[in-house]
Amino acid sequence: MRQAARQAFSKHEATNLIDEGLRSELTKQGIFTTTLEDLYNWGRKNSLWPLGFGLACCAIEMIATSMARWDLARFGAEVFRPSPRQADLMIVAGTVTKKMAPQVVRLYNQMPEPKYVIAMGACAISGGPFKQGYNVLKGIDRYIPVDVHIPGCPPRPEALLHAFMTLQEKIDRQHLTGPDRPRHARADVAGEFPVPAFGEHDLVPTMNPEVWQPPQHAGRD
Amino acid sequence: MLEGTKSTNVESLEQIKNRIEAAIPGARLEIMPNGSASGQHSILVDNEHGLRIACFLRDDPQLRLDYASNVTGIDWPETVIKEKKKTRQLIEGVEREIEETVETRRPGYLEVVYHLYSMEFKHGPLILRLRTGDRAENVHLPSLTPVWRAAEFQEREIFDLFGIRFDSHPDLRRILMWDEFLDHPMRKDYVDPDDFEYEPTAHGAVLDRASQHRQTS
Repeated sequence: MRQAARQAFSKHEATNLIDEGLRSELTKQGIFTTTLEDLYNWGRKNSLWPLGFGLACCAIEMIATSMARWDLARFGAEVFRPSPRQADLMIVAGTVTKKMAPQVVRLYNQMPEPKYVIAMGACAISGGPFKQGYNVLKGIDRYIPVDVHIPGCPPRPEALLHAFMTLQEKIDRQHLTGPDRPRHARADVAGEFPVPAFGEHDLVPTMNPEVWQPPQHAGRD
Repeated sequence: MLEGTKSTNVESLEQIKNRIEAAIPGARLEIMPNGSASGQHSILVDNEHGLRIACFLRDDPQLRLDYASNVTGIDWPETVIKEKKKTRQLIEGVEREIEETVETRRPGYLEVVYHLYSMEFKHGPLILRLRTGDRAENVHLPSLTPVWRAAEFQEREIFDLFGIRFDSHPDLRRILMWDEFLDHPMRKDYVDPDDFEYEPTAHGAVLDRASQHRQTS
């Protein structure tokens, strides 16, 4: 059995995975197997500490999610940190005005890796009902990479919980090694993103093309 | 007309206007009638005496308008007003009624509107208007913040969004947009940045801007 396990391990070494059938067989025999990657991801996904900041009405729903009725503590994420240095999840909850956008990007830059972003609500993902206004950013994903988008105005706490679970699944799928490893495991990729400047008519630049580009066949003619 | 519950001295707007003119010699006032159902007529005040008139309205023992509830701006761009006038003319010896359209060009200007109430007498609103000379250079108006402190942030907002300069305002900075911003977004001729690169559900004016953007870029 142990030999089989060793064989299985070497077989899946490249992807850091144990054959699921073998693993359940071993568990039945009273042997617990895991990989460092699984253990690491299991620990990370169950202790996401969000940055405690809200921008508009979505923040009220975010607060409700963290309270007893929806109980975000079940996911190990009830510790809303008042400092970006202690947080690893940014919930962009609400309308990002153009005046606020540089501060949001700066807060994201100040968070230590690994870090994740949930864009909560219609405004945070696209500008929402204020999309055609002169003072609202058309989605925070123009400046920072967003892991989970939640539509809704505002999204219900269930939707935020669903976003949490989606993010947990995403973290669980991340590899520590290999070519598809995430940004925080790579030395050659920077974790900071350029902060836009206040221009004379708009933010400069209006987007970060490395993070976001308009889809090629977007919209009707 | 001042409407109030506890007020014993309900004056008409005409009476208030006459009393201001008597108290402040040289003040030029004009009653702007409001044709809508609310019938909230306002007083247009000249810029030179604006501050003194405001002080009078606040301190007058019969009015005591001690509370500026709301300050807002209006942009009136230059327009051509078409009026139909009926005139009687002799045509071929017969007098006939002829309809003529008379076009008058009205230059553009900006306005500030103050809604004043009295906390003491529980009456109001009295609506005060101030008008700038034009929309480009002569956009200076007297600030009424020294009279009503509540006007400070609202005058800053009007400066930010309409571009009206309030003289003797204690802290005239932009309040909503950033300091480097140059435009005044609530003006009718404001053109917002051309960022229509992704409009998945565009319709109406947005659709026009989006297709325009696609043609130019």
